[in-house]
Amino acid sequence: MLKKNQSNQILVTSTRNLIEIQSIQETMPTYQIKVNGESKTVDVSEDTPVLWVLRDHLDLVGTKYGCGIGQCGACTIHVDGTAMRSCSMTLAQLDGKAITTIEGLSEDGTHPIQEAWKEVDVPQCGYCQAGQIMTASAFLESNPNPSEDDVKNAMHGNICRCASYSRIRKAVMIAAENMD
Amino acid sequence: MSTNTALTFSRRAFMRTSSLAGGGMLIGFNLFQACKPKAAPPIDLSQLNYNDFNAFIKIADNGAVTIFSPNPEIGQGVKTSMPMIIAEELDVAWKDVYVEQGILDTENYTRQVAGGSQSIRHGWDALRQTGATAKQMLINAAAARWGVDASECTVSDGIITNAAGETLGFGDVVKDASMLEVPEDVALKEPKDYKIIGKDAPNVDIHKIATGKPLFGLDYKVDGMVYAAVVRPPAFGHKLVSYDDTAAKAMPGVLNVIKIGEKVRGLLAEDPSFSSKISSSDKVVVVAESTWQAMKAKEAIKAEWEEDTSMESTEEHDKILTDLLDGSTFKTERSDGNIKKAFAEADEILERTYESPFLPHNCMEPMNFFANVTEERVHLAGPIQTPAWKAGLVAKMFGREESDIYLEMTRMGGGFGRRLYGDFVLEAAEISSVIKKPVKVVYSREDDMEDGIYRMAIKYRIKAGVKDGKITAYHLKEAAINDNMYGLIPNFFPAGAIENYQVDTANYRSNITTGAWRAPYTNFLAYAEQSFFDELAELMEVDKIQMRLDLLDKVKPEEDERIQYSPDRMKEVIKVAVEKSGWGTKPKNIHQGFVSYYCHNTHVAEVADVEVENGEPVVKKITCVVDCGIVVNPMGALNQIEGGVIDGVGHSMYGELQFENGRPTASNFDKYRMIRMKEAPLVETHFVKNEFSPTGLGEPTLPPAGGAVANAFKAATGNRLYKQPFTKTPELLKVPSKEIIG
Repeated sequence: MLKKNQSNQILVTSTRNLIEIQSIQETMPTYQIKVNGESKTVDVSEDTPVLWVLRDHLDLVGTKYGCGIGQCGACTIHVDGTAMRSCSMTLAQLDGKAITTIEGLSEDGTHPIQEAWKEVDVPQCGYCQAGQIMTASAFLESNPNPSEDDVKNAMHGNICRCASYSRIRKAVMIAAENMD
Repeated sequence: MSTNTALTFSRRAFMRTSSLAGGGMLIGFNLFQACKPKAAPPIDLSQLNYNDFNAFIKIADNGAVTIFSPNPEIGQGVKTSMPMIIAEELDVAWKDVYVEQGILDTENYTRQVAGGSQSIRHGWDALRQTGATAKQMLINAAAARWGVDASECTVSDGIITNAAGETLGFGDVVKDASMLEVPEDVALKEPKDYKIIGKDAPNVDIHKIATGKPLFGLDYKVDGMVYAAVVRPPAFGHKLVSYDDTAAKAMPGVLNVIKIGEKVRGLLAEDPSFSSKISSSDKVVVVAESTWQAMKAKEAIKAEWEEDTSMESTEEHDKILTDLLDGSTFKTERSDGNIKKAFAEADEILERTYESPFLPHNCMEPMNFFANVTEERVHLAGPIQTPAWKAGLVAKMFGREESDIYLEMTRMGGGFGRRLYGDFVLEAAEISSVIKKPVKVVYSREDDMEDGIYRMAIKYRIKAGVKDGKITAYHLKEAAINDNMYGLIPNFFPAGAIENYQVDTANYRSNITTGAWRAPYTNFLAYAEQSFFDELAELMEVDKIQMRLDLLDKVKPEEDERIQYSPDRMKEVIKVAVEKSGWGTKPKNIHQGFVSYYCHNTHVAEVADVEVENGEPVVKKITCVVDCGIVVNPMGALNQIEGGVIDGVGHSMYGELQFENGRPTASNFDKYRMIRMKEAPLVETHFVKNEFSPTGLGEPTLPPAGGAVANAFKAATGNRLYKQPFTKTPELLKVPSKEIIG
């Protein structure tokens, strides 16, 4: 099901018709989406990944492009609180659910995960870290008292090319303690 | 005091102050000229302003201090550590310092580089002198106002105090100070008086990183900017014949489809040495209103390619490199004594061959760059390790003055050598010059992995001769794709330790582009040599550590100035590593592997602890001992060390890019294995404490890691590993079942 403004009558909700829509060049559906607590309207083609909607259309560039196939985790966002790969989902798949990006994780960068990241000084190049932080924060919501092995399992899907893994581990454990 | 005019001139040439229109003072220096005091620049000093300096301090009337960091930030931490060194000598509190990234000035400077772990080492003296000079000028201004001698004044945290106890802040005297003569022979602090150097300082960009603020090249945006995706040759050795853009042009958001390549070929014709680094084929470019539209429309381009040169493969490379090692086309890089005679007289000979694959850099931020070529200027922005080099090439490409190029350096989402080459800068500039718009070229991950400038495949063959229980001969042969080891490496350990010693190199010219990859050559050579020494010690039935120490005893750098490493500093890291790792004292279930290595001016020893789980060896911990001289920022230094070690473990375990028909067989992380959280061992670091000038840490802990793991795996499994990645030979990673039972 698509959640959108019906700015163009051609747009309907069945998958079969979506294929037809793609063949009509000028079609640019207008979507209403909820990002970081605000309602936003965007005009993009059906297949545009949420990642590029955030980056190019909403100027929320904290969410990073790493691989485009859900393998590296750099584009991780929260969809109704669950960590998901924004490179591999379209607005249609959001189905009205609310998005939180790194920019909206806290008002002023004081989420316990962000504070722990600063305390431990996790990043080297820093590029993957928004995705790491979003994965870690969603994980701690579901498991507030993790063991170190739980943390390793939860963070295994996010690549850090600079290999700041021990600091990520440490920061997640500190945040877990501080969230109690 | 005698005056050395040449020194006076050069000093004045690299250091200068000026008043700011809105109040305050700037002090700048030319970092790299400062390193070479004899090269006096032909410039009119009276014409200098703050833009003439590639790093500087800005002090406002209210005393606020901004320090500009000169070098590109790639994740190595220099944006934090270089300003720390200035702040130390300036004597301001680090918490009161605001750090900004400096821009490139192509007119006055020839080198602002992130590479070779050299920023801190080269900057150390100049950065300290700049801070100390600025401080002395502020003191002189305060002393003049008080009518006292400057020598009675002291400074702490930006406050100047005289003998009577009166105080003035930097902001109170900055206007006067900016008009004073630049003092010479300023005193530098003794290490014991350091307040900032040696203390933990978090990354200056940490808040921006943790909150997702725009920092990287991919985040860079200006009004009216469009996005470009490039259709690249389907394999190395191809060139473009024709293309059909009908479908692509009809897609939403597509603005232009163009062909590029001519400009780059012009550069390649002028300097053929680039041809192993940069592809010369034409490429088709889709320009669109958004990144996704450009990437999508790119897929709709129907391009026809033809084979230009041969389609190479890993299988073929493997044979070629072996043939080179077996052949006689070597260039001798260093030769001591007479290896031929020594081998003929040896009681025992050990010869082993080590193999490594191609590696992509896989920076997490795919290659990208912004360009806006206008009649007025060429505006470039993005992640680049060699901004000055690229600005020069872009100027040459368009036949323009280098002063027309304005280049902003963004933070880089990793570099590892890939961003030294800047082929993407040239692409962006050529595209912008054709479409006459500000444009950002963005590589997909597939572009990044399939059209890389890779670490080349290399094979080493090492042969040692033993006579009367002593190593009498050592012969290292390198067969590499495209380029051979750089000239300093033949003078690394064991050069100087073995009487008859020779290093020979040979190469094969491939059409696959190759270049520097974090710790070039040593990233593989360290493993090969250190595995070899481990095996040699077993053959000789001597203690592995003692063998290294005995060899180091023979090295006399004072008699051979080519020797790059310090045997004394090497012995010290070995000694500390033995102690801290519990070498030889571990319970039976922990198998250890030892490596000591020198590269990038830093001495490192690493011990890997391996345990057997489910019949396979698992790397649990690496103890790493580092002598990098004074540690500027321990917090940042530890991060570099841990990252380097884990990167070294990861690539030696899993890293491999194979080619078939001129094309990599992996194009994204689903097919290319990178080390991840669960495989990352614990890294325990110890610094050797001394007061030597600091050296860099971006690279030197990576090369020893693979060797430490291989030697520990041997201890655990009984098998020697001669090929990277280690997972390529899974049969050698099995522990015989009796060992498990036992």
